[in-house]
Amino acid sequence: MIQIKNVNFYYKDFHALTDINMQIPDKAVTAFIGPSGCGKSTLLRLINRMNDLIDGTRLTGNILVEGQDIYDKKVEVEELRKKVGMVFQKPNPFPKTIFENVAYGLRVQGMKNESEIKDRVEDAIKKAALWSEVERILNNNATNLSGGQQQRLCIARCLAVEPHVILMDEPASALDPISTAKIEELVLDLKSKYTIVIVTHNMQQALRISDNTAFFYLGELVEYNNTRDIFHNPAQEKTKNYVTGQFG
Amino acid sequence: MFKKLSQKIQVSILAICSLATSVTVILIIIFLFSEGISFLGMKPTEEGYVLAVNTKNNLSSISPELCKKVFDQEVDNWSQLGEKDMPIELVNSDQIATFYSEEAIGSEMEYLDTCYNDYVSKHEGAFAVMPKNYVTSKFKGRIVEVQENSIASLVTGREWFPTAKPIAQFGILPLLMGTLIVSLGAILIALPFGLACAIYMSEIAKKGRRKIMKPLVELLAGIPSVVYGFFGLIVIVPLIQKLFHLDVGETALAGSIILGIMALPTIITISEDALRNVPNAMREASLAMGATKWQTIYKVVIPYAISGITTAAVLGIGRAIGETMAVLMVTGNAANVTFNYLKPVRTIPATIAAELGEAPSGGIHFKALFALGCILFLITMSINLYVNFVSKRRGVK
Repeated sequence: MIQIKNVNFYYKDFHALTDINMQIPDKAVTAFIGPSGCGKSTLLRLINRMNDLIDGTRLTGNILVEGQDIYDKKVEVEELRKKVGMVFQKPNPFPKTIFENVAYGLRVQGMKNESEIKDRVEDAIKKAALWSEVERILNNNATNLSGGQQQRLCIARCLAVEPHVILMDEPASALDPISTAKIEELVLDLKSKYTIVIVTHNMQQALRISDNTAFFYLGELVEYNNTRDIFHNPAQEKTKNYVTGQFG
Repeated sequence: MFKKLSQKIQVSILAICSLATSVTVILIIIFLFSEGISFLGMKPTEEGYVLAVNTKNNLSSISPELCKKVFDQEVDNWSQLGEKDMPIELVNSDQIATFYSEEAIGSEMEYLDTCYNDYVSKHEGAFAVMPKNYVTSKFKGRIVEVQENSIASLVTGREWFPTAKPIAQFGILPLLMGTLIVSLGAILIALPFGLACAIYMSEIAKKGRRKIMKPLVELLAGIPSVVYGFFGLIVIVPLIQKLFHLDVGETALAGSIILGIMALPTIITISEDALRNVPNAMREASLAMGATKWQTIYKVVIPYAISGITTAAVLGIGRAIGETMAVLMVTGNAANVTFNYLKPVRTIPATIAAELGEAPSGGIHFKALFALGCILFLITMSINLYVNFVSKRRGVK
């Protein structure tokens, strides 16, 4: 379970998130929706501390992953990120071979046993539903794959480290409809084993794949409920206007 | 109407400027090579002198290098030149006076030609250097040709004595070696330092610190090379002398250190640019998998930027190879064929700068310096072509 308690976040003077409180359940898909600049990606990146890389940011409040406050001084950020993996908006495979891309996370963790690495890589690529497509070309450069394949490779790369949580930042926004469908299918597939948080611009996508949906607007969490209610029976006027496409 | 005309004039001015630049570059290259190539085919013998031997001797031609060895008496037997086993009896204008009496030579040396003639005809082992005009129909010796300068003799010759008499030595091997070891040393010093600095500036330093460091590094590029040379001479040379207990501190090492410092700005700016061009998505992808900052730098950022870093290194070498003034001041300028960094060496550019003023215009020494210039040009040009090749390949990727 991910608990977000009284979170306020600032980029220099800009107040990006205001008093966010929410609990994200395990082994379910939670979608963050909202118009551009509403803070949904910012909140996502707070969960594996990717915002640490940006200068001049400030956080108040607490974020707990599996009961541990991840912004506690004792927490090693590398350990946290092994537990909380991330898939980005644009596919970003390294300019290495397909195999090495997936093996990367294992190697940086100090795994030396080549046969174990091989098994884990194969396992991760299979989980990402990419194995049949790349089985024979594992030593080709990953940048030669199609966009959709690259994104599934990035998911495989993330899975190889065996995270508990997977954060997805608009993982299908740069892909064609067929590749998008494959990614969505994959997300539904992974749900049984992983806690998935997905940021999306595509409301139909949120409806198709998520169990719970959070609607953000101007840095505030407007409404957070199970997906069916958010889309069919929203409590707030703003949510209703957004999900029915009247703004955004 | 007027607008059109002025536009036409502007266009033609631009065209003329670019044309003039290209033509100038081509003219410089043509000039360099026409002077340099005419060095090949010349004979390095002193003007107006010839070499002569006894008629029984079969020697028809001799290389300048061997010739010098004979004069230095390093080679003192004909068998070493592929002839009969007998001592070489060297005779030149100094020695002829010890073999013949003053009367025989004449009070105004009017019979000197007869003495040479006599000596060469009577001594089977004679090897004479004599004025050309003594060779008349009465002369009973045989003239030995000195081999012409060739690319092979230039590149493999181990002696650089352009003013040696009677046979000048134009072996550029020591100069080439000097240039290469000084440059190699420079890059070995500059590359780790420069790369470390570039990594710090692009990956680690906070914005504010980078804003101070970058202009400082660029300032380094603006210091005149003679100032570097001065610094090297006053600071580094005595330091090396003390540190290694040498008789002289002017060594290849001193040159390498100075050139290393001079190559730093090139290496730092270009490799820093390459590192900063690595998409942030690469760093994020690596960090998101639990890699540390160092792992990200070594396993993702540097491999991604490797062609830019190569370009930086090669351009740094290019800068080092062509550098003249600072090297001239600190390397000691002794033409040695050596791999020892604690010995003085002499580089190609330093040689040209030091000797061009003394070489008579149009003479063989003068042309030899142009030949050196050609070789330097070929080296730096191939470096630039290589950089072009590397960066083009990066563009394709």
